[in-house]
Amino acid sequence: MEYLKETPSQTAGPYVHIGLAPKAAGFDIFKQELGWDIAGPNAAGERIRVEGCVYDGTGAPVKDVLLEAWQANADGHYAHPEDGRDVEDGFRGWGRVITDFDTGLWGFDTVKPGTTSGRNGTTQAPHINLWIVARGINLGLNTRLYFDDCDNSADPVLNLIEQTHRRQTLIATRHEDSKGVTYRFDVHIQGTGETVFLDI
Amino acid sequence: MKPAEYYMRDRQHHAPALTPDYKTSLTRSPQYALLSLENSLSEITGPVFSHNDIDPLDNDLIKNYSHGGDPIGERIIVHGHVLDENAQPVPNTMVEIWQANAGGRYRHKKDTYLAPIDPNFGGCGRTMTDADGYYYFRTVKPGAYPWRNWVNNWRPAHIHVSVFGAAFAQRLITQLYFEGDPLIAKCPIVQTVPDAAAIEQMVAKLDMNTSIPLDSIAYRFDIVLRGRRSTLFENRLEGN
Ligand SMILES: [Fe+3]
Repeated sequence: MEYLKETPSQTAGPYVHIGLAPKAAGFDIFKQELGWDIAGPNAAGERIRVEGCVYDGTGAPVKDVLLEAWQANADGHYAHPEDGRDVEDGFRGWGRVITDFDTGLWGFDTVKPGTTSGRNGTTQAPHINLWIVARGINLGLNTRLYFDDCDNSADPVLNLIEQTHRRQTLIATRHEDSKGVTYRFDVHIQGTGETVFLDI
Repeated sequence: MKPAEYYMRDRQHHAPALTPDYKTSLTRSPQYALLSLENSLSEITGPVFSHNDIDPLDNDLIKNYSHGGDPIGERIIVHGHVLDENAQPVPNTMVEIWQANAGGRYRHKKDTYLAPIDPNFGGCGRTMTDADGYYYFRTVKPGAYPWRNWVNNWRPAHIHVSVFGAAFAQRLITQLYFEGDPLIAKCPIVQTVPDAAAIEQMVAKLDMNTSIPLDSIAYRFDIVLRGRRSTLFENRLEGN
């Protein structure tokens, strides 16, 4: 059998916003931009905000990042036919955010996901799958965000990380104030505290 | 359908993360090895879109930002199929594109190149593939533009292309180049990809048969996403 080869990836470049978030580029073109509402109005579970910054190898915030999030709902169901279980009407589980051009901060509102099925009968701790592209990144970086107030001890992916102290790079920290619940998740592309990236 | 894994991504077919001739990669490339995972439900699922998410005009960059006229430039059609590595079509998947105008200028508040903004050109579009994985855009051919890397680097004419596929594991952003462009061989971003045949996959081919006489010239660009096994072997994805 003759297989095709995957088309090579290329950097999203500094102007990724034009295509994927045109309002941020400075103009209004589409009836609706995609990815601004991850959970929809009907989703059960705890409403949370996730915020963070992506840092480069010099420790500077990366200000032209685009992140996409992919997650299950509070019951651990993905809105996809191969999961096949119901999700709330309007729950897509996918979101897209960009960083602030001045500060490099990004953030999105969603619901906290539930545990999901892993391979071979394992259970995956609640997590949000992240995909990060930017100028200078040749092939999108995959990682996962876990929650510091969940029991992550049996997670099959975290437990694959040989240097146990690096597991911490995938765990977001919870803060509560009058505005609600925020998890902070900083990504270090390179260098001290480098985030664990995944080859999925 | 039974869930099955996607084929391992062939990382020798892609650019490595660290490509010093493309300077920005120097500080934006992980130094440690990636953690290789076998697919779970988290990777074989991904966002599902429908035609309700977009407008019919979204794939027509000649009309979708028209402010009383058409954009300046060579009118082109870009079309092709989204396939997987098994040569199977990827139907109903979202394809998004963005590009500079015919002068090489982006409609972006951070682009300061001296070429003019075109009042009738936004520079982005999106569409869903049909049941055969086919997609189609109408636009104008983008111009080459200079960029800061070495002193005198120019990007070949290109269109940025984003594709979802059916799974988060298939997510891809690439760039489309145009057959015969001498800048392709000189571009440090194109040349991050080590394999000449792989670069050739990013070059859209002139397609006279799809060109519209006295109107638009066509380029064909097929996009290949990761393929997957047809059956599950011993390792079941789910434990039920
Ligand atoms: Fe570009």
